[in-house]
Amino acid sequence: MLPWKMLLWKIARHLGAIVALVLLGGLLSATLVRLAPGFDADERELDPALNAESVHALRQSRAGEHNILSFYTGYLRGAIHGDLGTSHALGQPVQSLLRERWPVTVRVAGVGLLLAWLLASTLAFTACLWRAPAFEILGISVSGAFLCIPAAVLALLSVILNAPGYLAIALIVFPKIYRYSRNLLAKAYALPHITAARARGLGEARILGCHVLPVAGPQMIALAGITVSIALGASIPVESLCGLPGIGQLAWQAALSRDLPLLVNLTVLVTLVTLLANSGADVMIYMLSPHDA
Amino acid sequence: MNLARKLACVVVVSVCAVSLAANWLAPAGYARQFREAPNAPPSRQHLLGTDEIGRDRFARVLYGTRISLLLAPAAALVSTVLAALVGGLAGYLGGIWLRLARGFTDLFLSLPWLFLLITVRALLPLNVSPLVSVLITFLILGLLGWAASARVLSTSADALRNSDFVLQARASGLHGPRLFLIHVLPNLKPVLYAQFWISIPVFILSEANLGILGLGVAEPLPSWGSLLRELEGLISFREEPWRLVPLLLLIVVLTSFQTLLSSEEVPA
Repeated sequence: MLPWKMLLWKIARHLGAIVALVLLGGLLSATLVRLAPGFDADERELDPALNAESVHALRQSRAGEHNILSFYTGYLRGAIHGDLGTSHALGQPVQSLLRERWPVTVRVAGVGLLLAWLLASTLAFTACLWRAPAFEILGISVSGAFLCIPAAVLALLSVILNAPGYLAIALIVFPKIYRYSRNLLAKAYALPHITAARARGLGEARILGCHVLPVAGPQMIALAGITVSIALGASIPVESLCGLPGIGQLAWQAALSRDLPLLVNLTVLVTLVTLLANSGADVMIYMLSPHDA
Repeated sequence: MNLARKLACVVVVSVCAVSLAANWLAPAGYARQFREAPNAPPSRQHLLGTDEIGRDRFARVLYGTRISLLLAPAAALVSTVLAALVGGLAGYLGGIWLRLARGFTDLFLSLPWLFLLITVRALLPLNVSPLVSVLITFLILGLLGWAASARVLSTSADALRNSDFVLQARASGLHGPRLFLIHVLPNLKPVLYAQFWISIPVFILSEANLGILGLGVAEPLPSWGSLLRELEGLISFREEPWRLVPLLLLIVVLTSFQTLLSSEEVPA
């Protein structure tokens, strides 16, 4: 098969898998929501000002949610027409909530991710190039210390120190990138053909560009896909505790108020973004080295 | 065993021992309020001072450490057993079962861990007794944390399924559960141990995150998560540095776990 046909086939396969997993994830979370204790309870029914007819009308409005499949098909039908339902706790359409909050998360998690990659890759490359034990110990100790601090504590510390939220996300993601990429680079630098290239007097920049990156690159790209998911997860404590009105804060608010329709939508959205990031990384790896992939 | 690993082992054992002796070291208990001394600084009576409602912080740290350090391994055990059942059996059976199990684990792993935790925690009642909240928190960790381990175990079991000794056992007439229990499961033990030990620090961190977000162990029961929540009111480190003790203890214990794990030859 021609390379571009293979690429198209790969993209189509990924898209199919994404659609299947998102639908399955949505159905699973809708099932969990339906089975959750207190699913049918509505605090508004306790309002003494409401008469029997109003309470009956409230119950009727939720009647469609009782059967899981009809709830889910109704949800999908609405989603196709751009209606994702209404948040119980915030009383706003979910679609408008997501539209308002998504850019904040993209900005905070995006800048945090970029900073984390810059810091981690600089440290990892320097550690592998210099091969100084002191630098190695420093990198491992710093990343190890950050790995041992809960993400929520880093968010709290950023509030106390008046640091921006994206810095907390960067420090949460940094140790994971550093440890993995340092190991990858160390393995690549230990390969015999790189020792031979050094012996022949090749410059470090050329060794890195022509011999190390082609070996470690594909796995680094795969890691980039995974770090999107880590940054999204980190955005929950960071946005909640730093008062940033993004998707993470919305998920936390939905969890505290048990806003189940909002949680289903957020689950679908986060699953979709994570899968797109991982599939994007996979397709990029294929495009860079179709023969290896 | 190298020096760092020995030291880490001593730290973990000492912290466990001290937390188990909480009844003798802090007889006042974690819930007793000293109403005449709220927000007190450290003194001979209260080694780490008191919190805003007058509870002895030292006692709360000891009892909180006990809860987190005892229940995180319990949750790790639950998740490892589930991983062995799902991943081990799927790998052993192969074919459609292996593909199904991998698809299911992929679905679990496609959601960020903390997001999955708070979503499932929100589905369960939030206004419950402290004891129930502890059980819910750690049970959720155990029931949701198996996916990554199951992925590793399914690969190991898949490799074992086609190994020579399993083929020979099959040829000798051994089939079904007996073959799995006698020949496959014992060979998965190293991977199971590794996954169990790796899960403990992950679950300790997750409980801490849930606790700080108000979705963990309910008051007045202490845990590392609820103790760290106190940092929310901290204005500067210089004013009340003793409030950082739970955080420092958590970092020390997790670093020790990391050292223990990194020194050990963990099979992948």
